[in-house]
Amino acid sequence: MDFLLSDVFWIGLMAAAVRLATPILLASLGEMLAERAGVLNIGVEGMMLIGALGGFLGSQGTGSPWVGVLAGMVAGLLLALLFAYLTITLAADQIVAGIMVNLLAIGVTGFGHRVIFGMTTVIPSAPPLVDWRIPLLADIPVLGPVLFQQNPLVYLGFVLVVACWFMLFRTTWGLKIRAVGEHPLAADSLGVSVHRVRYAAVLACGGMAGIGGSFLSLGQLNMFVEEMSAGRGFIALAVVIFARWHPVGVLGVSILFGAAEALQFRLQAQAAEEIPFQFLAILPYLLTVVALVSIVRRSVQPAALTHPYIKERH
Amino acid sequence: MTDPAATTGTPSQVLQALRIVGQLSAAVIAALLCGAVLIAVAGADPVVGYLALFNGAFGSLNSVVEVLVKAIPLLLAGLGLALAFRAGFWNIGAEGQIFMGALAAVWVGLNAHGWPAYVALPAVILAGFVGGALWGVIPGILRAKLGASEIITTIMFNYIAFYVVNYFVTGPLVEADQFLAQTDPIAKSAELPRILRPTRLHAGIFVAVAAAGVLYWLMLRSTVGFRARVVGANEEAARYAGMSVGWTWVVVSGVSGGLAGLAGMVEVAGVHQLLLEDISGGLGFTAIVVALLGWLHPVGVVIAAILFAALDVGADSMQRVIGVPVTLVYIIQALVVLFVLARSALEHGTFERFLRRFRSA
Repeated sequence: MDFLLSDVFWIGLMAAAVRLATPILLASLGEMLAERAGVLNIGVEGMMLIGALGGFLGSQGTGSPWVGVLAGMVAGLLLALLFAYLTITLAADQIVAGIMVNLLAIGVTGFGHRVIFGMTTVIPSAPPLVDWRIPLLADIPVLGPVLFQQNPLVYLGFVLVVACWFMLFRTTWGLKIRAVGEHPLAADSLGVSVHRVRYAAVLACGGMAGIGGSFLSLGQLNMFVEEMSAGRGFIALAVVIFARWHPVGVLGVSILFGAAEALQFRLQAQAAEEIPFQFLAILPYLLTVVALVSIVRRSVQPAALTHPYIKERH
Repeated sequence: MTDPAATTGTPSQVLQALRIVGQLSAAVIAALLCGAVLIAVAGADPVVGYLALFNGAFGSLNSVVEVLVKAIPLLLAGLGLALAFRAGFWNIGAEGQIFMGALAAVWVGLNAHGWPAYVALPAVILAGFVGGALWGVIPGILRAKLGASEIITTIMFNYIAFYVVNYFVTGPLVEADQFLAQTDPIAKSAELPRILRPTRLHAGIFVAVAAAGVLYWLMLRSTVGFRARVVGANEEAARYAGMSVGWTWVVVSGVSGGLAGLAGMVEVAGVHQLLLEDISGGLGFTAIVVALLGWLHPVGVVIAAILFAALDVGADSMQRVIGVPVTLVYIIQALVVLFVLARSALEHGTFERFLRRFRSA
C-alpha cells in the first residue's frame, strides 16, 4: 500500500472529501433548519432523490446545468410542500409522512425516468456543472486543489453554512425558528406564526436537499441512476444530530462523511486485491452508526421536535 | 366522547374494523385513479393496464397463488413491524433483517445435506428467525442503552446488511460455478415443501399463519403486547408505572427483527432454494406500508399484506402487457399512505389516535 505515502493521494483524497461532502452538507443544512423549527423531516432522502432527477431533466431539457440546479431545487421544494402540508397544516405524524415522501420519490423518479427515456441501453446524459477555478487562491499549494478548484455547488455549500449561521443566530428570523422549535406555544403567544415559520423552514430544507440531489446527477455522476441518493439523506439526519444542530458543526461532520466516502472509493480503486469492496462500501453507513452512538447522550434536540402544533388545543 | 375505543363491546369493534376496511378501500381506489392518470401520461391505456393488473393478480389459480407467495414474507415482516411501531419503536430496518435472516437460513441450509427434514427444516426456520432477531436487536439495544435514534440506525443497518450478503454471495458462499452472485441450492431436506404443485405455493404459508396467530396473542393478549402499547402511547407514564421502557424496546426490536428474518428465510427455503444478491427486493419497505395500513393490528396486517402482494404481482403483468414500469406500484403505495394519512388527519388526527389507541387500548 505504497500509495498511502504519496502527497498526490492525500491531496486528491481531501479534495474528493470536500466534493463528496457537498450533497450531504446541503441536505444537512436544510434538515438542521427544519429540525430547529421542530419538524423532523426524514423525507429529506426523497427530496434529494427527486432533486437529482429534476436537476438532470432540467439540464438535459435546456442544455443549461444551472437551469438543472434550479429545477432540482423546485422539485425538492414541491415535495417539501406536500410534506409540510401534511405535517404542519394537517398535523400528521412526521415519521409516517416522511416514510411516505421517500416512497413517493422512489416511485416518481423511477417511473418518470423510465417513461421519459424508455428502457434504452444508451444511458442518457446531460450537460454537467463544470468546476470553477478561483483565480490566485487555486494556486495555493494543498489548499488550492482541495478548496478552490471545485464545483460551484461546493462554494454554494460554504456560503450557505455562513448564511445559515448568520440567519439562525444573528437575525430575528433565526430567533423565530429556534423559538418555534423549542417552545411553539410561547412563540405563538408572542405573535409568531408557528405554522408560517415551520413552512419556511421545511421548504428551505426541501430546496437545499433538491440542490444537493442535483449535485449528484450534475456534479458527480453526470447521469441519473435510480435510487442514486443511496441513503445520503438519512446520513444527513445523523449529521445534524452529531453536529448538535449547529451549522458550523454540520460543515465539519459533512466533510467527515465525505472523507469516508472518498476513502472508500479510493481504496476500492487501489486496494481491491487486499480488501473486499463490500467492507469499504459500508464505511459511511458504519460511521453514521458510530457517530450517532458516540454523541447522542450528550446532545439535546429542539424540545418541540416531532410535535405538531395545533393552535386550538392550547 | 364518542370514541369507539372507549367502549370495548364487540359491535363497536366490528364497526371499527369495517371503518378501517372502508377507509383503506377508499384510499386504494383514489390512489389507483391517480395511477390511471400516470398510465395515460405514459401513453398507455389505463383500462387495459388495470385489467392486466387485476388478471395478473386474480385471473387464475396460479396468479392467486403467486399473490399468496408474495404475501407470505410481507405478512411476516409486517407483523413484526406492527408490534415494533406499537411500542413507538420505528424499525425501518426490516429490509436488512430480511437479508440477515436469509443469510443465516441459507448457511444452515447449505450445511444440512444428509440431515432428515424434521431436523433440517426447523433448524433453517430457527436460523432465519435468529439471524433477523440478532440484526434487529442491536438498534433496539442502542436505543435503550444509548438513546440512539432507531430510525437512523435501522436504515444504516439495511445498507450494511445488503453489503454483507453481497460479500457472502460473491465470496465465501458463491455458487460452485462462480457465475452468478448467488449461493448453491440448499439441501432438499431443508426446503419448505411445495404444497400445491405445480404452483409455487410452499409450506411457508403455515409459518406465516402461525406467526399471525402468535402475534395476535402477543399484541392483544400478552403482557409484552400490553407493555409495548403503554410504552408507545406514553413513555413517561410507562416509566412511572415501573415498566422497563428500554427492555420493551429490546424485546420488540428482537421479535420484529426475527419475523423479518423469517420473511428472508421463506424467500430462501420456500421460493428460490438459494440466496440471491437481492433476495428481498424492497419487501422490507413495502412491509412498513403494510404494517401502517393494517393499522398495526394483526388482522389488518393480513388484509394489507394480501392487498399489496396483489398490487405487486399485478403490476408485473401490467408491465408485460402495456409496458408501464413496475415502479408505478411505489407511487400507488405512497399515495395510499398519503390519502389515509391526510384523510384521517383531516378528521382531527384519527390516524395518530388509531396508532396511539392500538398502543394503549
